[in-house]
Amino acid sequence: MAERDPVWPVLVKPALPHDSAHLHVAGAAHYADDMPEPADMLHLAFGQSSEAHADILAIDLDAVRAFPGVVAVLTAADIPGTNDVSPVAGDDRLLAEGQVIHVGQPVFLVAATSRQAARQAARLGRIDYAPRPALLTIEAAREAGSLIEPTQRMARGDAAAALAAAPHRLPGSFDMGGQDHFYLEGQVSVATPLEDGQIHLLCSTQHPSEVQHLVAHMLGRSSADVTVEVRRMGGAFGGKETQAALFAAAAALVAHHSGRPAKFRCDRDDDMVMTGKRHAFHIAYDAGFDDDGHVLGLQLRLASRCGATVDLSPAINDRAMFHSDNCYWLPDVEIVSERLKTNTVSDTAFRGFGGPQGMIAIERVMDAVAAHLGIDPITVRTANLYGPGRDVTPYGMTITDNIAPQMIARLRSEARYDARSAQIDAFNASSPILKKGIALTPVKFGISFTTTHLNQAGALVLVYADGSIQINHGGTEMGQGLYIKVAQVVADVFQVPVTQVRITATRTDKVPNTSATAASSGADLNGMAACQGAMAIRDRLTAFAARSFGCAEDEVHFTPEGVTVGQQRLGFGELCRKAHLARVPLSSTGFYATPDIAYDRDTHQGRPFYYFAYGAAVCEVAIDTLTGEHRVLAVDILHDVGRSLNPAIDIGQIEGGFIQGQGWLTTEELVFDDKGRLLTHSPATYKIPTASDRPRQFTISLWDGENVEPTINRSKAVGEPPFMLAISVFSALSRAIAATAPDIRSLPPLDAPATPEKILRAIAGHRAA
Amino acid sequence: MTVRFLLDGEVVAIDAVDPTATLLDHLRTRMRRTGTKEGCAEGDCGACTVLLGEMDAGGRAVAWRSVNACILFLPMLDGKALLTVESLARDGALNPLQACMAANGSSQCGFCTPGFVMSLYGRSIGASGHELPVADVLAGNLCRCTGYGPILAAGETCATLRRDDEATLEGLRQLARTPCTSGIHEGRTWYAPRTADELAEILAANPDTHMVAGATDVGLWVTKGLQTMEKLVFVGDIAELRGIDETPDALRIGAAVRYADVHAAFARLHPDLGELTRRIGGLQVRNAGTVGGNIANGSPIGDGPPALIALGAELTLRSTAGRRTMPLEDYFLGYGQQDRRPWEFVESIRVPRPGPGDIVHISKLSRRFDSDISAVCGAFALKVKDGRIVAARIAFGGMAATPRRASACEAALTGNAFTFETIERAAQALAGDYAPLTDVRGSAAYRTEAAANLLRRLWHRARGGQADLFALEASHG
Repeated sequence: MAERDPVWPVLVKPALPHDSAHLHVAGAAHYADDMPEPADMLHLAFGQSSEAHADILAIDLDAVRAFPGVVAVLTAADIPGTNDVSPVAGDDRLLAEGQVIHVGQPVFLVAATSRQAARQAARLGRIDYAPRPALLTIEAAREAGSLIEPTQRMARGDAAAALAAAPHRLPGSFDMGGQDHFYLEGQVSVATPLEDGQIHLLCSTQHPSEVQHLVAHMLGRSSADVTVEVRRMGGAFGGKETQAALFAAAAALVAHHSGRPAKFRCDRDDDMVMTGKRHAFHIAYDAGFDDDGHVLGLQLRLASRCGATVDLSPAINDRAMFHSDNCYWLPDVEIVSERLKTNTVSDTAFRGFGGPQGMIAIERVMDAVAAHLGIDPITVRTANLYGPGRDVTPYGMTITDNIAPQMIARLRSEARYDARSAQIDAFNASSPILKKGIALTPVKFGISFTTTHLNQAGALVLVYADGSIQINHGGTEMGQGLYIKVAQVVADVFQVPVTQVRITATRTDKVPNTSATAASSGADLNGMAACQGAMAIRDRLTAFAARSFGCAEDEVHFTPEGVTVGQQRLGFGELCRKAHLARVPLSSTGFYATPDIAYDRDTHQGRPFYYFAYGAAVCEVAIDTLTGEHRVLAVDILHDVGRSLNPAIDIGQIEGGFIQGQGWLTTEELVFDDKGRLLTHSPATYKIPTASDRPRQFTISLWDGENVEPTINRSKAVGEPPFMLAISVFSALSRAIAATAPDIRSLPPLDAPATPEKILRAIAGHRAA
Repeated sequence: MTVRFLLDGEVVAIDAVDPTATLLDHLRTRMRRTGTKEGCAEGDCGACTVLLGEMDAGGRAVAWRSVNACILFLPMLDGKALLTVESLARDGALNPLQACMAANGSSQCGFCTPGFVMSLYGRSIGASGHELPVADVLAGNLCRCTGYGPILAAGETCATLRRDDEATLEGLRQLARTPCTSGIHEGRTWYAPRTADELAEILAANPDTHMVAGATDVGLWVTKGLQTMEKLVFVGDIAELRGIDETPDALRIGAAVRYADVHAAFARLHPDLGELTRRIGGLQVRNAGTVGGNIANGSPIGDGPPALIALGAELTLRSTAGRRTMPLEDYFLGYGQQDRRPWEFVESIRVPRPGPGDIVHISKLSRRFDSDISAVCGAFALKVKDGRIVAARIAFGGMAATPRRASACEAALTGNAFTFETIERAAQALAGDYAPLTDVRGSAAYRTEAAANLLRRLWHRARGGQADLFALEASHG
């Protein structure tokens, strides 16, 4: 390996705990809302739209202004610069102008001396609306031709002809709901006005640079006047990639107008109403296949509800297309992706970023083909896997690291899939009320931002004369363990204990123009950037040591016992002190841009991904056919993280990702009423998994392999891929439902999330099929 | 008047108490103890979990219980001891539970972690609910990052921890000498009587007073409804309303008995009632919420009432004019309407013990098993004699504007043989009993179908069929 990776050694990295774990458990880790509040701090709340789509005729804010404690009430007219908080398209208003396009949209902003006063006053605004027709569903938007961008098509060969020629042909469709992020720490930003018009923002965001740029434009200032800082987030999952900007901009606007520090800590219910979610999709497929289940032709239609503005929907829907092959060779295929514009809150990034929706579409096809042929779904899945001579994706990327077949085979054996499958069939034959189901589903997830220029990162490494080290990079910590991973990388470069490395808050005044911490890319990009920065300093120290001790540079070695220079050894701190006295610079930036990726969005062809991360899961469930209730009984996971940067952190991501995916597909249901109001806007009605929903039998193994590409330590990204392992839950549920009428050769009509009601409906549908 | 409580051995005295100021806000903004987090401000996520202690009945130990600080009003702390996450580390050293959680990956983003620490710490020192499995103790704590595995493991590893409560006990004795029983803050009045007579007098003089027991419902009027209440009376510290009296033929409980305190007695009355209680809120909610409050607030779902109605519970109301006793079902008049005069309060509930041979079955259907509100809650109590159903009491929650009995279904059962055919006829009759609504928790069609199926489930279970999802194990291959 050393010859392939001359710069850094590939190491077995220790399973160190999260760098803040000792602070988390003591309540001593500081989040944005935990910092001391200056006496003159203002607290904020939005006056929200009650309408899904309407013209604003008049706004009467007299009662709001008169409310005790209110200091300022601002509307769009008070914005000095651009009224925009959107990531790309320029279509997300900070405060509504002339019309509202979804319920909960901010119309005015209240600043008061207490949070309670701001929230109470915000409910007193009187807004006269002239309602317009509101498009609330995928069907309504499709009928009206309402799109956020033109329908996209990714195709190879002639799917229609292949379908016509196939021995079997099976059309079908299903729906899946969106998902609220439910980060435990809600959206929060604190803006502090500084001298000469500058603003400092303490913000819970995955994308400090974007917040910086948006706030600067909104205030009509330059980016250099705005500093954004984030030490940690209390969860994010994509929900603080673009959605944090709204609250940051509001706080900055009040700080700008009042000259006082301003905090926006959003109430949970308001947060759930006002911020975007995972996209709901309607999937329609038409599959042609042979007697063995080989898919010969496939037409796939992915229609998503994008909400009222563009946000990141184009890239999210692209990723749905990219993952609708999952691990399978689709010779003649046409994937059509409709991005529907609705009068609902704009849907946004969420772990997997469209990938889960595309992947479950093809897994559903596999299950449907198997049901139609009356064979085990695992047979259909393995028959369709990529392999030699059938290794090019629908977007034209050749798969060079196809480990899915080996992983599936190993997991199938270790989880005793076949024996359990037979046992389950026997159980179902003798159990009239309870039915079990089992499924093995694989994951192949493409790693890189599909918008190529985002695949870059910067870092700043500071070595002090006492040998202690500070690192800073553009990545943000949301609980995923990025900071500890990067600290381990830097500690390894200098061969010092990781405790010698102080990880510092992400700040736009240390590393500029950063990308969002997203797309699972945090450790890949920032780890490499930090490594480059640290290597630059190590090279200088090496040259200095060789020079001062009169030996060759290759006689200088950084070891855990100290730095050996020729025959001598000295402590790292001692070397740093000497270097400082000799006027050797001990700080460096580091930079990394992912190589070899290029994608043409016009043709949907190219290499959007640097590599793929793989995984597979076996899941066993049981359902109650009287009530539609279910339990996840056992889960076995085999997952590929390459040569792990930190196995403990990675396993935590796998387990947490799986449970989050399980929630998406089972208990988490977003319900909107016919006025476009979200009814499930609190944890009282929106149910993420609890401790008892975790399967009692749950094993996680790491695949013993390394990245074929020279990533940092030959590791692989881990944030998003495990989320999609939970598709196995949905497949297993479908199989359990099918057992209520085992002679019927069709896939039960199950929609996601599989709530008791949906399972009961699917049982009825299956029996009637 | 001054509200006093113990925190880390020191008396905290708060003058000029805003009666609806929450403990969470006070901790975070006034005391700068920011380890306790706000995740939802409605008692559903547990990020604000703290432990409250009071002297046990014998006065010889501190009875601790986990509660949600986000919906706990400050006057409710009077005379209690409080532990927050900051209380646990001694001289900067983590306690064994914290150390275990820090080492084993129990935290990722860390925001929910202090709440988990407090729930698990409570379990390890014998707090209310400590006999429950770890996952049950954590049902009221949401984590979005970890998938719970390491947290559950830490709870098992550190299942018991020593705690010396001598000083706390002495502090509580001292505090008991200066109870704070009323206050006025910016024109808003609150009372915290210690006897039922005082409560009756207060309500007689001030019938416009809001009663607060555990504040698991009223708390949300403040944190979410942003209401300002002019008069409040806190009834949680009235000892005579907190009695549990188990006799061979009935269970009588005071209205201010918390669900957690009666959980074991309910389970002894019938296992299904115990299981239903386990699924009412999280432990923090059951440690605050009372059976009386759950009845008095008249929710159309009312997790407890359908079961209590089927079991034949009676309710006693009290005022300065005396007492009134009625079958529980008669208390619920209509949506948001109860048979309680403004000067009356719920004093006690009497639940008859099922006789031998009675078939009792209680089922709650919700999207999530733990800490969720029912879409449908069905409760059945059948008296079967010589193969014949001689009496049937059936009540449902979530099927009408109030928890209500199913008279057509009961009639279809009563007097008939306990057979599959009778059950089928009764299941069909149920459709005539209710016209449920479609709402956020379920459609009318689902409710109707599932309600009938709960009766079929009863039949299946009565005949010994395997119909319990929780009893299933994974296949071993």
